[in-house]
This record gives sequence, structure tokens and C-alpha cells, in this order.
Amino acid sequence: MAGAEPKVTLDLARGLGLTAEEYDRIIQRLGREPSYTELGLFSALWSEHCAYKHSRVFLKRLPTTAPHLIQGPGENAGAVDIGDGWAIVFKMESHNHPSFIEPFQGAATGVGGIVRDIFTMGARPIAILDSLRFGDPADPRTRHLINGVVSGISWYGNCFGCPTVGGEIAFAPEYAGNPLVNVMCVGLVRADRIFRARAEGVGNPVFYVGNKTGRDGIHGATMASATFDEAAEAKRPTVQVGDPFTEKLLLEACLEAMQTGAVVGIQDMGAAGLACCTSEMPARSGTGMDVELSRVPQRETGMTPYEILLSESQERMLLVAARGREDEVRDVFAKWDLDAVEIGRVTKDGMLTVRQRGDVVAEVPVDALAEGPRYEKPTAVPGWLAALHAFDPLTLPEPADPGEALVALCASPTIASKAWAFRQYDQQVGTNTLVLPGSDAAVLRIKGTRRAIAVSTDGNGRQVFLEPRAGAAMAVCEAARNVACSGGRPLGVTDCLNFGSPERPEILWQFAEAIEGIAEACRALEVPVVGGNVSFYNETLGQAVLPTPVIGVVGVLADAGRLATQSFKAPGHRIALLGPDAVSLGGSEYLWALHGRLAGRLAPLDLQVERRVQSAAQAAVAAGLVTAAHDCAEGGLAVALAEAAVSGAAPVGCDVRLAGTARTDLMLFGEGPSRVVVTVEPARAREFEALMAESAIPWRWIGVTGGDRVVIRAGERVVDVAADRIAHAWRSGFERHMA
Amino acid sequence: MRFGVVVFPGTWSDCDFHYVISEVVRQPVRYVWHRDRDLADLDCVVLPGGFSYGDYLRAGAVAGKSPVVEALGDFVARGGFVLGSCNGFQILCEGGLLPGALMRNECLQYRCQSTSLLVENVDTPFTRGMPPGQVLTMPISHGEGKYYADPETLRTLKARRQVVFRYATADGQVVRAANPNGSVENIAGVVNEGGNVLGLMPHPERAAETAMGGTDGLLLFQSLLGTLVEDGTFLRR
Repeated sequence: MAGAEPKVTLDLARGLGLTAEEYDRIIQRLGREPSYTELGLFSALWSEHCAYKHSRVFLKRLPTTAPHLIQGPGENAGAVDIGDGWAIVFKMESHNHPSFIEPFQGAATGVGGIVRDIFTMGARPIAILDSLRFGDPADPRTRHLINGVVSGISWYGNCFGCPTVGGEIAFAPEYAGNPLVNVMCVGLVRADRIFRARAEGVGNPVFYVGNKTGRDGIHGATMASATFDEAAEAKRPTVQVGDPFTEKLLLEACLEAMQTGAVVGIQDMGAAGLACCTSEMPARSGTGMDVELSRVPQRETGMTPYEILLSESQERMLLVAARGREDEVRDVFAKWDLDAVEIGRVTKDGMLTVRQRGDVVAEVPVDALAEGPRYEKPTAVPGWLAALHAFDPLTLPEPADPGEALVALCASPTIASKAWAFRQYDQQVGTNTLVLPGSDAAVLRIKGTRRAIAVSTDGNGRQVFLEPRAGAAMAVCEAARNVACSGGRPLGVTDCLNFGSPERPEILWQFAEAIEGIAEACRALEVPVVGGNVSFYNETLGQAVLPTPVIGVVGVLADAGRLATQSFKAPGHRIALLGPDAVSLGGSEYLWALHGRLAGRLAPLDLQVERRVQSAAQAAVAAGLVTAAHDCAEGGLAVALAEAAVSGAAPVGCDVRLAGTARTDLMLFGEGPSRVVVTVEPARAREFEALMAESAIPWRWIGVTGGDRVVIRAGERVVDVAADRIAHAWRSGFERHMA
Repeated sequence: MRFGVVVFPGTWSDCDFHYVISEVVRQPVRYVWHRDRDLADLDCVVLPGGFSYGDYLRAGAVAGKSPVVEALGDFVARGGFVLGSCNGFQILCEGGLLPGALMRNECLQYRCQSTSLLVENVDTPFTRGMPPGQVLTMPISHGEGKYYADPETLRTLKARRQVVFRYATADGQVVRAANPNGSVENIAGVVNEGGNVLGLMPHPERAAETAMGGTDGLLLFQSLLGTLVEDGTFLRR
């Protein structure tokens, strides 16, 4: 086989995505030319996807500590302490590139990959959230992608048996050639039973467990580290194929094996497969690894060492067991009809030694592989921003009929109900889901305790495009605010950072600014970033996606019975608006959906006000004072009221009066941070007022629920629309494209 | 009453049933591994939802031939109760313990949603605690729940009152619009001729606590227990 291998040259290295400097660095590090297999190892592990070489210098800016933090970045996933001896393990990852090439399997294996990251930590996955971005759903090509992605998620998550409880779907033309598929998984584990991806204990056996290795997904990590051109279709073979049934067996077997006490460390074979695990695990532990590839279970014949090492076949793990306890591991995996084969040992020499039938085919220091190059490439303020910022949305005419504008906004696919997607997902398996998809955050109870967790994802690409720093900070705030509105105290953040090519200074500037914004918001809200993922090169034919940091927030509720959802519950409840008045039409959904423009400036964000508003909303929910709580996001206050009116079991109208002299469209549809709508039963109003007074936040009563119409009096003009009409627009706005 | 919850590779409602039986219904319960044949200590065997063996063939086809399902024949013959929900219903049909078959949903998509069920027969051990004409609210979650039986079988089923649940509107109207998966005559659940094996696509274990949105699923367990609990307190009629 070795004779058939290509000769290693700089051209070959370039073809594998390495630069001339990186190739020189490899030679320097090894003191010789790498073999073909070794070159493959470097090309995969030094890819952007694995090495974060363009992002690492910036990611250091993120706050990653907190008293309740158990595990920060650097492991399979992060973990926070939620009390009563329990920890939540969570992480979000992208599968954008594979999902564009092959939407069904791309999205399905995106779910599979992140779920494995959670259960390698010893946690049982209890919730999945998907943050999806597509082009215009009126475009048949986009519909094909949506259908494929949603059915892929549905197929994998449902069969595996983890509920899909939330996430968002948003649309903008910039995603047409490069959809975003970000999947977050949340798992539950005893705080003192967390497993890590370590290869400790020289002489300990190294087990390959799970699915057999095939030729699928070879160089997936490298593929995900490049932009697309017309030939993207030809990359379909680099997309992996999922098997959720095997994943389910792997979950049960891993958790059972961990209970025996015979497992020392474990890592998912995700991007760069076996190559990644056999170098990262020993690198974290200051050890080495010696593995024999002929023992790796294979489902194809004649695979070369290169292919075995770089295959991204799914549903596989590398597990380091305690020496002498091998049979305990083997027995558990045999029970679940899975392969568990000893393929090597932990060594002390710091080398990854790879053998094929005894012959050494690669011998590389694990540090050299795990520590990829780091770049601090130039950044530049995009030239396009000045003109966009100069645009004043208030130079546009006001809508002739604000009620019609509200109906149109509710029917905009980004705002409209996503029930079409969510009803294809099992939302309840595990019987923990207290709040189903479609409210601000999903809420799941923690059985055996009084507690619950609230989880939400958010990320508005338009806002980040216009003002990356403020926009990214607002994404953190919005996700955290959603958790607070549901009654949760935010505990931690995972981020999935979707950008174009970092080799373009304007894109890298967006990225650097967004990181600063996330860092500022996390510091102000005192939530650490526990991990996440950077996805660069989201470009097709030079068109980059909107810069889209998607933020996932996990929070805890001390009392699962004290939660809130967004819908109005009954007539006669008083409606209050918490938060500042400042809003803007710049970058708003209104400006895009009704005027087709993406321009202007965002409303100012005051992180201290944001923090106080969140605390006040959370305290009001936890005290049982509010009957509904809903964050004002896309579409502004009018859409928040409309959603609250129509998203419950039966529509409940409202009558609201907005004070002020601003333009009607700005008051109704202007977007700004730190704003929350809540409803309060009249009998609890005084208690609520007292709590708000303590909170030192701006707030006011704005109206009352009831009737079958949504009435909003803004200055001289009045929105007066039947709730049923809004409900119809909201329910059909997205679904009419898909049905 | 002692319950057993069967675990196939790929089962996922096992823990949910176990939780409801032990924590809500407060009855003794153990897991039953798919290779086990010894059911002697059990009064009721539950076949939960999931994707047994991945359901890569037909849903329930492989599990229908598993050792535990083979052992169910004797268990049923001696009067033991069997409750199959979702994948469990599919397995009971594939294993020949219930008539009919479950096919791909008519919409060709997975469906997870709340449904209303008209209880058509309140004289089974699983429904005898319910008033006639009762409508239950229970969620479904499946991709292959379209019940089918040939006309002959259907006639027999109806003549013997083996149709237990039909998808209906909230006020009990059995109409096309209330049918989430295209099941023939809106059939959501059937019993065997002996009345001690029930299969249904909805998930009673997901409707057994107020916090989860409803407790209608509990009525199944309460009916069942009423037939065995000595003081008969669960019997409403």
C-alpha cells in the first residue's frame, strides 16, 4: 500500500489546504519531510476547523470563569453547576458546510456530532436546539435546503431519542448560498461524575468503540475550512452519513461503561476522526499514544492508514480504560452489540506512533499536531459601513396603515410561527419539557429536584452586520433575556461564530469586534463562555453570510413551578413594558420586510440597564407575579404584543396605549435591547410595582389584555386588527412556503 | 401490580414509563431486556416508544421477532396485560399480538403534536375507569403511525369492539381533520380479542403529570390497577 502513496511535495501539501509556511514548519518540527500519512494528519489537525488558527488570538478575550463553572473551553463541552449536585453540560456547533452540500445528512450528522460531545462528558443529553439560517424560503432551492435540514434533524434526533425543544430559524438573502446549521445540545450529569477527554496513565489500553470506519467524511475538517465555488457539489463524498440508532447504543454503552469506573478518559471522533483523538487526548495529558490501525474495525477493505486516520465516519469514540479492567469495558459494549477493540496503549514519550501491521506509518509529537499555527491576520473596517450607517430610516414614508404593516410583519418568515418545523421534532421524550418550542426559552425540569433549566439561542445577523460589537453583545443579551423571561437565572454561554473568510480583513474585523461585544456582555451579565465553535469560510462565490454569532444560554430556575411563557393567558391582566424607550428602525425586521433595506444604526445598549431589566423580569417570574413574559425582539413592541396575543392555546387580544411623540412606525416596530413585556393580574399589581421600584429600572403600565382584537394606540394613530387575522398571518407566514 | 418495561436497542420511552409507574402511579416496576424470556414475576408488560433496532426495516419488524416478544405469547395466554405505545404498538402488530399494521404517516413527515382521542370502548381493562364517550388528550410522536387493516379485519375488529381509541376533535367528533397520520377510520388504538393487549400510537406516559400538560394518560394505568387492586378504589363505575 505504501508504494501507492503520492510523493510528498509542497504542491501536495497545498492541495491539502496547508500553506508553504505551514509546510516548512512541519519539516522543522519533525526534522525531516513528513510521510504522506503524517502530512494528512497535519493537514486535518492544522485546518481552521480543528486548530482555530485565525480565531484563537481573539477567543482569548472571552471571559471563561465563574464560581459555578465546572468546565470551561477546551474539553468536549462545557459544564455549569445548577445546584443539588447536578451539572448541565452544553455546547453548540455548526455543520454549515456539510448541510449546504447535502442538507439531510449534513444536518443529521450535525446533531449526532454535538450529542456525542455531550455524552462523552458522562452526561445524558436532555435537549437539542437548532439555530438555522436560510435564504428566501420563496426560492425553491432554499426550500429544498430547509426541507433537507429539518428532516435530517428530525430523523436523527427523533430516532436517537433526545427532544428538540427550541432554537430559531431566520431568513436573509446572504444565507442563500451558505445556510447556517448550528446545533446546541444540553446534557445532565451528576456534578462529580463528569468525564474528560484525557489519555492518562501510561500503559493504559486505548479502545476504539462504536461504529466501524469507512471512507466517508475524509477531510471533512479541511472541507469546512474553505469557501465554496461552483464545484461544491463534487464535495458531497466528504459529507458523513449518520446512524442515529448506533448513536443511541453508543450513548447507553458509554454511560454504562463509565458507571463501572473502568473508563479513564473518552473523546468523540468528530472532525479529523481518529487523528484528532489520538493526538488531542495525549496532548491534554502530557502523554503519548501508540496505536495499531489494522485492529480498527473497518467496513471497507483496503483502506490506507491515511484514510483510516482521517475518516469522519460517525458514531465512534476513543476510550482510554484502566489497565486490568479491559473486560468490564468489553462486556458493556458487547451487551449493546457494539465494537470495542483495543487498538493501542497510552505511552509516556509524547509521540503519536501509528502502526499498520506493526510497521510505523506515522510518528509525530502530539504537541505538534494539537498545537496548530496561530495567526493574527490584519483586520480592516469594511468600507461599506459608513454609507449604511449614514442612512436614516426615518426618511422613509410612514406606513399608510400601521395595522396592515403589523400583519405583514407577523407574516414575515423570520417572525412567523415555525410550527411546521417543530412538529417534525419529538419535543417531549424524556418527559422533562415544561415549556415546548415557541416561547422565549425552552424549560426542562430536573427530575428528583425542584429545579428546572431554561435554554435559549439567539443571533441576529443583520444587527451584527451593521454594528458587530453592539450586535454581538445584543445577541448575548437577547438569549439571556429569553432565559430570564422564562424565570431562569443565566449561568453560562456557548457560542457558535459563523463568519466568512478570515483571510479577508473586513471579515476578520467583524469577527474581532463581535468577540469584543460578546465578551463585554458576558462580563456585564456575569456569565462565562463555556465553549463553542468557530465556523469561518461561510462564503460561496465570494458572497459571505451575514456575520452571525449564535449565542446559546443556559439558566436555572430554583422552582420549576415558577416559570413564565410568552402568551397572554386571560383577559383583564395588566400589561407592563420593562426597559428603556430607545429603539431604532436601523437593521430592523420592519426595515427589511417592508422596505427591503438593511441599513442604519442600532439603538444604544446599556449593559447595566440590561442586567437590571433581566434581574427584574426573572425576579417577577420567580415570585409568581407575572402571567406572561416576552422579550421584544424582531418587529419591536408591536410584534411582541401580537405574538403574545396569538401564540397561546386561544387568542387573547389587548388594548395598549403608547405615550410619546415619536413616529408611529418607530414606536411600534423599532427594535432596541433590554425590553420585556409582562402581564400581571390586577390583584398582584401593587406587589409587582413594589418589586419594580426595588429594581431601579425604567418601566410603565401600557395596557390591558382582553377582547379579540390587538389594539395599540401610538400617538395619533391606532393599530386595530382582529387577533384571528394576526394569528392567521403568523401561522401561515413561513408554512405557506413549505406546505 | 408489578410492571415490566421492555428495553430494546433503540427504545427511548422506557425511562419515561418507568418514571410514571414508579413515581406517579407508585407501583413496582423493573426493566426487561429484549433478550429475556422470563416474565413470570410480572402482571403487566409495557412495550415503550422508540426506534427498536433503528426501525431501519419496517417499524417494529425486527423487535416483533425478538425473544421477549416471543415470550409474550404465553404471558398473554395466561392473562397477563400488555400495553404497547408508539413503537410498542408497531411491535405488537409485527409480532402478531395485535391485528393490522402501522404505515408511514400520510403526510410523509414525522408528527409530534397533541391529539384528542375518543374512547370508543370503556369495557377493556385499560379503559374501564373512564366514562363512556370520554375524550382524552395525549401527544403523539411518530413517523409511522398510519393504522391499516384490511376490510375483513376491520369488520371483525369493530364487531368485537376491539377499536379502543380514535383520533377526534376536542369535543369528540371523529372527523378527517382530527386524523394526524391518515389512520384508517381514525383508529389510534386497538385491543386483542382477549382484551388484555392494548396497542396505541399516542404516549400515555407523556400525559401523566400536570406539569407535562395533562394527566389523561394516567387513566389507563388507573383503569388497569382498578382491575387488580383489591379495594377497587380506581373503579369509577
